[in-house]
Amino acid sequence: MSPPLVEHNYMGPSGALSTEASSPDLRQTELRLGLPGSESPERKQLTLELLPPSAKGKRGFSELKKDGGPSGDNLGSQGKEDKANKGKLEEKKPTGAAPAAKAQVVGWPPIRSYRKNTMAITPSKNKEDAAEAKQGASCLYVKVSMDGAPYLRKVDLQTYKNYRDLSTALEKMFSGFTSGGSAHVGPTDLINGSKFVLTYEDKDGDWMLVGDVPWEMFAESCRRLRIMKGSDAIGLAPRGEKSKIRN
Amino acid sequence: MKVQSAMFYFPEEVIEHIFSFLTHHPDRNTVSTVCKAWYKIERLSRREVFVGNCYAIRPDRAAARFPGLRSLTLKGKPHFADFDLVPPDWGGLAGPWIEAMARSCPNLEELRMKRMVVSDESLELLAHAFPNFKALVLVSCEGFSTDGLAAVARSCKSLRELDLQENEIEDRGPRWLNSFPDMCTSLVSLNFACLKGEVNLKSLERLVCRSPNLKCLRLNRAVPVETLAKIMNQCPNLEDLGTGSLLADQFSEAYVSLISALQKCKKLRCLSGFWDASPLCLLAVYPICANLTGLNLSYAPTVQGQDFINLIQHCVKLLRLWVLDSVGDKGLAVVASACKELQELRVFPSDLFAAGPATVTEEGLVAISTGCPKLNSLLYFCHSMTNSALITVSKNCPNFTRFRLCILEPRKPDPATNEPLDEGFGAVVKTCKNLRRFSISGLLTDQVFYYIGKYAKALEMLSIAFAGDTDQGMTYVLNGCKNLRKLEIRDCPFGDGALLADVTKYETMRSLWMSSCDISLRGCKALATKMPSLNVEIINEWEAEMEENLNNGVAEVISNNNNKHINNGNDERKVEKLYVYRTVGGPRTDAPDFVWTL
Repeated sequence: MSPPLVEHNYMGPSGALSTEASSPDLRQTELRLGLPGSESPERKQLTLELLPPSAKGKRGFSELKKDGGPSGDNLGSQGKEDKANKGKLEEKKPTGAAPAAKAQVVGWPPIRSYRKNTMAITPSKNKEDAAEAKQGASCLYVKVSMDGAPYLRKVDLQTYKNYRDLSTALEKMFSGFTSGGSAHVGPTDLINGSKFVLTYEDKDGDWMLVGDVPWEMFAESCRRLRIMKGSDAIGLAPRGEKSKIRN
Repeated sequence: MKVQSAMFYFPEEVIEHIFSFLTHHPDRNTVSTVCKAWYKIERLSRREVFVGNCYAIRPDRAAARFPGLRSLTLKGKPHFADFDLVPPDWGGLAGPWIEAMARSCPNLEELRMKRMVVSDESLELLAHAFPNFKALVLVSCEGFSTDGLAAVARSCKSLRELDLQENEIEDRGPRWLNSFPDMCTSLVSLNFACLKGEVNLKSLERLVCRSPNLKCLRLNRAVPVETLAKIMNQCPNLEDLGTGSLLADQFSEAYVSLISALQKCKKLRCLSGFWDASPLCLLAVYPICANLTGLNLSYAPTVQGQDFINLIQHCVKLLRLWVLDSVGDKGLAVVASACKELQELRVFPSDLFAAGPATVTEEGLVAISTGCPKLNSLLYFCHSMTNSALITVSKNCPNFTRFRLCILEPRKPDPATNEPLDEGFGAVVKTCKNLRRFSISGLLTDQVFYYIGKYAKALEMLSIAFAGDTDQGMTYVLNGCKNLRKLEIRDCPFGDGALLADVTKYETMRSLWMSSCDISLRGCKALATKMPSLNVEIINEWEAEMEENLNNGVAEVISNNNNKHINNGNDERKVEKLYVYRTVGGPRTDAPDFVWTL
């Protein structure tokens, strides 16, 4: 089974993604970004809708406003729902010159383009929560490769809060590729299990075992992920060692 | 005794000497109209020329009239170009002006341009054509790169001032700073804060070292604290400083040397920059706050809350303050209590993307007006405003000359009463007799324009958006504001009736801009026919119809008789953007194909 190459438009308006999977088998490998553990009813696997299906790209913000939704600053105290909104919010930030949230009106508010462009690269920082603010500064998509899989995937590390969430997400994303396809690979197997070892390449270019450092530190330094076959993982932590995962 | 013709017996030199005391260019314009003799004396002795609209006169004619010209100030695109309402390639080219000056006014020393398109070739020409060139000031310009700056730096032997404010400059690397020759020691003012890229720090330090007259230096974000400290140690006479990135660790050498360097600069009066400022670096600034007259924190979102309060409470002599709305009403209250001499305040919105908690409201503005009665210039972005607040503000500060209030949500009423803001803005024009510039927003009916027309007799520039009900609104303004020079309107229900209510009025003004209003091609044509001394330009993207005409060149577009698209019979089409201005230069020869001069 070789799934056709499907181009996913992550930055586009909503709705496009959910229509692209054509067969039940493919749905497992279909990239649908979602919050781990979120309450959305159709959720069996990981899905993060870019936007609520009814909203167009920019109007998502006015919904945020009506809810008294989060600004970049006070995310730490808000729940998962808001984090989803934040994910949407931050998706928009890289586009820089997007017009003001409420009014999709050209040239309103009347701010010089120079100032708009300069401030777009200067996200407002919340002193109390520097880590949060750093996450707020940009998306953090990293490539994920799995030994033996025909193609790679990408995940946004900022949509996860801890290793468990990441592991669950990856497992679901790649479950179609595990040998003996239907075998259920448990959520922590990617980190603890015998079949696979999750590693990452850090800022210095070294390949590290996932799980040693606090989540925030990992998210900040991770450049790409690789799911290694256990048999290749010679020299890494022995199988029997207790998990050192810190959430 | 024939007293009345006494002036004719004065030698020209004497009259010229008398004129030399007239520096205000409107005054000089006036004396030049008295008689031919005075016209001649005035034009030959004029050293500074201000052209508020670069298309109001042909460059050659200006250069020919004032051969002794030393200083030229030019403005190009309409103001609303700042907000992306004017398509790119609209015009405002500096090239023809620089070429004309190169031909006729080789003694040019200063060139100031705003909202113009400048090419590297033009900068190259500038660098070589004017041996005494001293000052280049570019504000909101575009079209050039650091290569052009290098040319100026390299060849202008006595360059004193290079001031780049908020331009879009293509960054081709840090080498341009090296272009200042080693023997260049004349720099007094250098501002490259708007450059986005890296800067050669060693070159910068060397340049500063050999510029003993440096009074104003504004760095860009790429300059770290270490370099800033070194530079400031070199110029203790600095009066105006724009910092680079203000990030430093507490016990770093950089931080320590910054503190001692700042303390040496006893003449520092104006501070800006503050990129990424950490609270620690702000501490270093406290000792010099007491003498500051100007402070620009509008690019420093990290300076808020208690950090801002700690800083601003020392600034007791402050005259000009630019901040972000993240300082909040609380921060503004501290400003009101500390900065009693404040004359100008600008509060910019800090976050255009998320609709976070309201940061400044009418309370902050009222507090400022209570604490700072000398306030005369205001730019205030906020989420909402009330009539009663505006009435209080105008009572407290009757000296406003510039009053610009932008309520972020268009057509928003007074939240306390749900009424339009006519009375509030009306109070401002009634009380502030010297009001020259006015920008209004929120929910507004024709009534506010009635007040403006009736009371704003000194008004020169009016900016209107999402306001008014009928043509009568615009008519009130045209009829009442005797000194109106610039009128810019967007998204208002004013139609042909308003446009044509007083056509001769436009000859007394510099320009009129109307976009997304209710005017039609028929109305614009009527205006063009009645007033040949105006350029009536429409900007339209009637794409399908334009296809045929694209290759025909501007000449045919201008000529009414040949143009199929202007004259295809459908004059009822709405005109999206209209720009009308008086000119002695005739229709533009450089208009792009989407600009049609009727």
